[in-house]
Amino acid sequence: MSDTHAQTVAFVRETTIPESPPPAAETGAIKWLRQNLFATPANSLLTVAALYVIWVVLSGSLPWIFGGLWTTTSLAECREILQGRTGACFSVLSERWNQLLYGFKYPADQYWRPNLAFLLLFFAAAPVLFFDLPRKMLIFTGLYPFLAYWLIWGGSLLVPIVALLGFLGGALVYQRFIKTSFAAGFFGGIAAAFVIWTVAGAIIPENASDNAMLSSVPSRDLGGFMLNMMLGVTCVSLSLPIGIALALGRQSDMPLIKWVCVVFIEFIRGVPLITLLFVASVMLSYFFPPESTVDLFLRVVIMITMFSSAYIAEVIRGGLAALPKGQYEGADSLGLDYPQAMQLIILPQALKISIPGIVNVAVGLFKDTTLVSVISMFDLVGMIRGPILASTEWNGVYWELLGFAALLFFVVCYGISQYSQWLERRLATDHR
Amino acid sequence: MTTITDPPKESFRLSQLIYDTRYRSLTFQAIAAMVLALSIWYLGNNLIQNLRAAGLNISFDFLRDTANYDISQRLIEYDSQSSHSRAAIVGVLNTLLVAFLACITATIFGVIAGVLRLSNNWLVRKLMAFYVEIFRNIPVLIWIIIIFTIMTAVLPGPRAFRGDEPEASMVLDAFAFTNRGIYTPGPVWGPGSMVVVATFIASIFGIVAYRKYATNLLYATGRLLPTFWPSVGLFFLPTILMYFIMGKPIGLDIPELTGFNFSGGIKIGGPLIALWFALSIYTGAFIAENVRAGIQAVSKGQTEAAGALGLRPGRVMNLVVLPQALRVIIPPLISNYLNITKNSSLAIAVGYADITATLGGITLNQTGRAIECVLLLMLFYLTISLLISAFMNVYNSSIKLKER
Repeated sequence: MSDTHAQTVAFVRETTIPESPPPAAETGAIKWLRQNLFATPANSLLTVAALYVIWVVLSGSLPWIFGGLWTTTSLAECREILQGRTGACFSVLSERWNQLLYGFKYPADQYWRPNLAFLLLFFAAAPVLFFDLPRKMLIFTGLYPFLAYWLIWGGSLLVPIVALLGFLGGALVYQRFIKTSFAAGFFGGIAAAFVIWTVAGAIIPENASDNAMLSSVPSRDLGGFMLNMMLGVTCVSLSLPIGIALALGRQSDMPLIKWVCVVFIEFIRGVPLITLLFVASVMLSYFFPPESTVDLFLRVVIMITMFSSAYIAEVIRGGLAALPKGQYEGADSLGLDYPQAMQLIILPQALKISIPGIVNVAVGLFKDTTLVSVISMFDLVGMIRGPILASTEWNGVYWELLGFAALLFFVVCYGISQYSQWLERRLATDHR
Repeated sequence: MTTITDPPKESFRLSQLIYDTRYRSLTFQAIAAMVLALSIWYLGNNLIQNLRAAGLNISFDFLRDTANYDISQRLIEYDSQSSHSRAAIVGVLNTLLVAFLACITATIFGVIAGVLRLSNNWLVRKLMAFYVEIFRNIPVLIWIIIIFTIMTAVLPGPRAFRGDEPEASMVLDAFAFTNRGIYTPGPVWGPGSMVVVATFIASIFGIVAYRKYATNLLYATGRLLPTFWPSVGLFFLPTILMYFIMGKPIGLDIPELTGFNFSGGIKIGGPLIALWFALSIYTGAFIAENVRAGIQAVSKGQTEAAGALGLRPGRVMNLVVLPQALRVIIPPLISNYLNITKNSSLAIAVGYADITATLGGITLNQTGRAIECVLLLMLFYLTISLLISAFMNVYNSSIKLKER
């Protein structure tokens, strides 16, 4: 019956048509544009508005940035060269570079010391931040605080060595007694460290720092971005262990310890950092023994550490609360006592959950170190608002300086938050 | 036959204080109490000795002394002959003022940015991500200083508005942006204006009552009354009618250039603007992230299920998505409000006379009463934050999922 078929159908295609490319509007860049920028009329309006905003910002800032001068010696000279043309006067940065970074009193021939300390900070922090690195590098991390102290403040090498010896002695006693009981090891370690410090402190001669290898620099000479970095790094690292202790204390069954921790945390979290810095600058010295002189830097470190440890404690408490109850019961059923359960089961998991929060606190704290400029310490913001803007050469150079400060903080804070996101992905052990 | 006897009652031994978990916590707490008492005694003793050496005492009498300094930004009557306590109250009100204003604008910025971050538009999404990252990663102090610099160094002085061909001109002939602050028209309350205000307040109550009635009617009979347009009408019409009936009692006081400065209208000082705006955009970036997280926390199934029930998109948003998203958004939002209140203490950096700048700044420096001033300052902020967290606890327990 093939002829009927041939009579009714004039043409039968026997091969498939080759695939034709999609219409121009549904492919490549145009499709992307249509889907992402001009999907609906309202969306197109938004796109146009966004483009306008971008154009306004870029047309204002780009000529200013690229027309910038880097080599003049004062704002007046800068304006003379520009002659009304838009252009930044970045020469304030190149001329006052050292002041912005180190403050205006740090001895100029000693800048290599904070530089070296900053460089070594990366080596010290690396094994803490990246777990794949050999664990032996942690030895350097342990030595770093003493080394950095010696590099930045200078003076007698005996001071950091004695401090280090105290910690070593404490650690040895802890190792020795931890097998009998945690309390014995812990308190014994602390006692041993104090004994070493008192004895050695009495032995160090008064004039030890007179002819030291590195000349001694008093804390009030520190300044610039270095001060922000020092405050940030010191206070975050000090507040981590205190924060863990406070969080555990707040979870404790013992009412007295629980309430001390609650009152401390809520008090600190309830007041702004500025008032705590006021305490550091005008009030705290009343609480030290009459003959002692505790310098402002140390007082500020104490108050900022208290501040951040309260916040870190709350973050870690969140992590502890997020752990399922079975983990606590499991640790109990294995016969672990409280310190063992915390060290081996609870804290590793709770800290992992709290990492994003801890990083948030760290970033916030680092930003808050700029507040010390209010109590007349010359950190980066303090240097800009004080000596540099007040000088006759650079009176009126606002945007270059403030932009530079903003950029420095942005780079550091954004870097830290990117690291935390990487770490979260890295530590995610659940299977998805 | 065996007899079951009670285990012999152990007498209490001293070693149980260390080895028995039932008593050990008592030992620890006793030690802790001792350490606490010792350190309090030690610090207090140091304090007393130091104060005696400096010839000081703790007394709050200075609050009654004359302050001898002026405050330009104030909400209540104050002059340099007022007492320090009056200056502190001016500061408290200023703190609350800037915190309140910044909370409102930060919420607006944050909600807009947070919603736009979820937009389908790639460019807008990226732009908002950029806004959030830029503002979250740069200290708020730098933002405050930047905006204060714009206010003082970029805006023209009142002098620039003078002459036949002035360099600067007023926006809409009503707003003047000068380096001394922003001048806006202010209302003039004529006789009978209170009637207009009362009408306005009554119409607000009317709207609430109408909407309640509409809801009750819907639940009782299933009849749906229109609510949007009647509400809009109730909001505007009675007030406008009353305004004309009373013979336009409320006028506008437009700022005018007289001599070297503007007079009339309302002046919003540069420090207030800088602080307000900086706190708003800075905290707005944080709120944007909360809003985004809240909306993303509502699973897509909820929207689809609501659509399957036949709800229209507007009702899906109002009845299904928002109530669930708000549960996630509001607690961090309130703690952001708390942060605004605490960050408003940075006012001291730009010379805005909040409580930190009056009580913790000038009063402290003039009287030298450091301990008293700082204590009062902390007490104030502590009260505010405890109030806010108490409110938050009430709210949290009211929205807690009612589970059986």
